Amino acid sequence: MSLTHDSPVDDRAPSAGSSGVGPAFELKAAAFTLPVIRLLRLDMDAVEAELTPKVQQAPGFFEHTPVVIELSALPSVEEDVGFPQLVGLLRGLGMIPVGVRGGGSAQHEAAKAMELAILADSVKPYQAARETEVKVDELPVTGQTDEPPVGIETGSHLIDRPVRSGQRVYAAGGDLTVLAPVNSGAELMADGNIHVYAPMRGRAMAGLHGDTNARIFCADLQAELVSIAGHYRVSDKIPATLKGRRIQVFLDHQVLRIEPL
Amino acid sequence: MARTIVITSGKGGVGKTTTAAAMAMGLAQRGHRTAVIDFDVGLRNLDLVMGCERRVVYDFANVINGEANLNQALIRDKRCENLFILPASQTRDKEALTLEGVGQVLEELGKTYEYIVCDSPAGIEHGALMAMYYADDALLVTNPEVSSVRDSDRMLGILSSKSRRALQGEEPIREFLLLTRYSPERVARGEMLGLEDVQEILALYMLGVIPESKSVLNASNAGNPVILDQESDAGIAYSDMVARYLGEERPMRFLDPERKGLFSRLFRG
Repeated sequence: MSLTHDSPVDDRAPSAGSSGVGPAFELKAAAFTLPVIRLLRLDMDAVEAELTPKVQQAPGFFEHTPVVIELSALPSVEEDVGFPQLVGLLRGLGMIPVGVRGGGSAQHEAAKAMELAILADSVKPYQAARETEVKVDELPVTGQTDEPPVGIETGSHLIDRPVRSGQRVYAAGGDLTVLAPVNSGAELMADGNIHVYAPMRGRAMAGLHGDTNARIFCADLQAELVSIAGHYRVSDKIPATLKGRRIQVFLDHQVLRIEPL
Repeated sequence: MARTIVITSGKGGVGKTTTAAAMAMGLAQRGHRTAVIDFDVGLRNLDLVMGCERRVVYDFANVINGEANLNQALIRDKRCENLFILPASQTRDKEALTLEGVGQVLEELGKTYEYIVCDSPAGIEHGALMAMYYADDALLVTNPEVSSVRDSDRMLGILSSKSRRALQGEEPIREFLLLTRYSPERVARGEMLGLEDVQEILALYMLGVIPESKSVLNASNAGNPVILDQESDAGIAYSDMVARYLGEERPMRFLDPERKGLFSRLFRG
């Protein structure tokens, strides 16, 4: 996905120039939100049967999408996961399996043999709060919760209950419309546009998959962060004159613009 | 069928235990058979606030581990015969509470009690999740300041995703807001968030506003739930809260700054 939190600058300004004497690369840390396939039991035929229709619903979402295989929900850390078959299945559906999370050492060895990364399992205490949010992002293979849906739905998405601090809502492949307040610490994400018809105090990221034509519309802008296709601006950099107003956010030649409506 | 009410906040020190004690006492005084459970393993306080700390023999963890039965662990309140207290364990670690064990205790209590009040520990960790998992109603105790409001907001998100009602797709938990330590003078001076500000952010039904009051600390020190002190503003406000919870309409009180005129000072004596 295209959102990175790595850059300290507001908008991704075009780089200074191509004089070619500076370093050839920079090493940075970036946080990515990836779909997680959380295996609940070791039945690859069932996984295939359940996953295929989901992919067909939203082919664009899965095309070349890196995914993580989560093993922690499996009943045993000993059993052979059958990575060759699973990886083949995911690749066949267009996804790029990049790593595994959880599981036992034997499973890790098997994953390494398939060139899958072993992703950190434990979270540090200060990350614990973040972790609960990330969990919401897992593909809802089963057990939909009452949390504002984070489904992989092709269509657009409507939320009419307040989005609370720590909650994340993602409308994959469509627009997200919110009729209730979005509170500080909440995150809205959409591959398309985001509309908020109540105070918007959280974060909004439109065009999550890089759609530079996506826009954000707010009836009452008090956001902590707005972002379109990875170009973002934090509250500090949003002019005070725009706060509390009806605005739209869009990209104009790679420059993020916030204008009253 | 008992109703399970969780008193929660996310943030510490906002008045959860005081509120749990008041809620439980208030319901019991109105004739409802009520049990109040302290979920704060290792940092128990409810027994002190309820004034029964010298009568604790067995605790919640003992019951869950099968070392004592429920009736041995429940302490009957000396002031109100409808009220029973189940203290937390002070010596175990918080893992002593299991979802299954808590469920069994609540189910057994549910057979004979009308209301079960759960006093949640601060935070969003294990103990708080245990306290809220089985809740039917949630009372969010919030102070009129930004960090407390945000933590309550976070807690509301967790209630709507991690509770049993949410996970099993049942009717959502009824959520109520209680504003505590409210000081109208400081709100008027702009030092505290006002009632409307908090309500605008959290968008919840306001069950009451408890004014900042010395009587709360005095009552806690004496082991008397402040709701028993009907001379104090806080005690009266807690009575209103219980009444509203039970469906009565009561106007909000203690929202306006006290007039500090010379006469009022003289005559209030």
